[in-house]
Amino acid sequence: MKFIYKLITISVASLFAISCQDSAQDERITLTGSSTVAPVVADAAKAYEASHPEYRIDVQTGGSSRGIADAKSGLADMGMISRALKEEESDLTAHRIAVDGVCVITHDTNPIENLTRAQLIDIYTGKISNWKDVGGPAQEIVVVNKAAGRATLEVFLNYVGLDSADVQADVVAGENQQAIKTVAGNESAIGYVSIGAAASEADAGTAIKLVSCDGVPASTASVASGEFPITRPLQVVTLGEVSPAAAAFLEYLKSSQINDIIESHLYVPISN
Amino acid sequence: MCRSRIDRIAEVFLGAAAILAGGIVLLIVGFLFYGASPVLQSGEFPLLFTDREWQPTSDREPQFGIVPMLVGSVLVTVLAGSIAVPLGVAGAVFHQFYLPSLFKKWNRRALELLAGVPSVVFGFWGLMVLVPAINRMHPPGQSLLAAGLVLGLMILPMVALTSQVALDSVPREHLQAAAGLGIGRASTILRIALPCARPGIGAGAVLAIARAVGETMAVVMVCGNIANLPGSIFDPIRPITSTIVLEMGYATESHKALLYTAGLILVLVIAALAGWLAFHRNPEAVAK
Repeated sequence: MKFIYKLITISVASLFAISCQDSAQDERITLTGSSTVAPVVADAAKAYEASHPEYRIDVQTGGSSRGIADAKSGLADMGMISRALKEEESDLTAHRIAVDGVCVITHDTNPIENLTRAQLIDIYTGKISNWKDVGGPAQEIVVVNKAAGRATLEVFLNYVGLDSADVQADVVAGENQQAIKTVAGNESAIGYVSIGAAASEADAGTAIKLVSCDGVPASTASVASGEFPITRPLQVVTLGEVSPAAAAFLEYLKSSQINDIIESHLYVPISN
Repeated sequence: MCRSRIDRIAEVFLGAAAILAGGIVLLIVGFLFYGASPVLQSGEFPLLFTDREWQPTSDREPQFGIVPMLVGSVLVTVLAGSIAVPLGVAGAVFHQFYLPSLFKKWNRRALELLAGVPSVVFGFWGLMVLVPAINRMHPPGQSLLAAGLVLGLMILPMVALTSQVALDSVPREHLQAAAGLGIGRASTILRIALPCARPGIGAGAVLAIARAVGETMAVVMVCGNIANLPGSIFDPIRPITSTIVLEMGYATESHKALLYTAGLILVLVIAALAGWLAFHRNPEAVAK
């Protein structure tokens, strides 16, 4: 029996040792939220850690709603969201770091170049169900929607002025990548994703096409100029005062120092 | 003296391990009840079965019907089972009675390799190959059929391997007696080997089907995720597992509680299935 007590004592002691090991001198910051913002912040965090070795910045994805929830509950120092704050979230402070557009995509064999807001409404409510009604081939439209809670869904619904219950979808996708792969694998599909993700995939040869919206081409340039109609801010949200360490990193995120990182992710920086 | 001490130590450790293993299940179920409690207390629970649609985030008229998703889970499992069980058993019979022993090892290796392919790879293959092919037959491609096929392929090696083991454990004397009586190979298989191996084959099929009910990553990529009752096998479906994985990270407060409730219902359905099977299990299988 003595042996067992010894074993238990040793294992408990070592558990304490592991958990106390690194918290003493490091500045730990946790950010959670939007899968659109997270890659940018993760790269910025890497750069910041390189110049500030005492920092440990933990970036986790899980969607804008999680960013809001974690910032409110204090689970994370800051939340990341890819939309504007809603009224009921006014207890949080939003800090813009970049802008992104949400664009409509089709398979690259689809001859359609432009869709109007009215056409998008009809397609997503099922009033138009064939490509020939908007000047395309006689093919049934496969409508790809996003899953509940995704920021791209909220931004898109906000633009077309629909409620999520109005949408008549054929396929529901989760991440941007899943929506892109679904459209790339289906000649008659239509979907909507972040312009940044769509442009980089299209450049890499994925079989998708970025469709102009109300005559404005979908590109980071038209988002930067403010012409493109479906845009969303990429923001970091905080609740009240943050720790000095988190505030310093936040200043860095809002500065022009991360513009290169933002552009490398095909989003549009706002500070210059 | 020494022996009894070892016994006592073993008893403590093994007991702790057993309590831990059983306790984790209770913890998970308890946690699900805790997460679902806002729904269970607020009287929204019956809505899960009376609402026709799943629109948890609609501002205008939220609806929480999970019946189409329960049906989706059941249908995709039935389809996967009806693909995997006949194919797996037939393959095992061929392996056991027809395949020259030279190839037996390789057939087994291939099945074991198939069993080891990660589910996300199956899903990716389904999305890039199977879905476009089905879309050419009947749009949109993402469908009950695609999900059933992918899931069927995933559980096929499990069925085949357990069936092989079951057929292999049929007593040699039975087969030799059949040969001695001049009974043909087909009759030997149908009348002697398969009935003898039935409990083992059944247990393997149940294990595989239980995996199919809970499988998520492959299914979410190919099933279309539309929470409606499908009219045909070409219509998209949405099993409960897909809903949880698609919405869990993005859900807040009441929506999250709804997802916990859906998970709780899924666990209870599987528990009921397991209980029913244990109750009806062939006594022979228990003896073995």
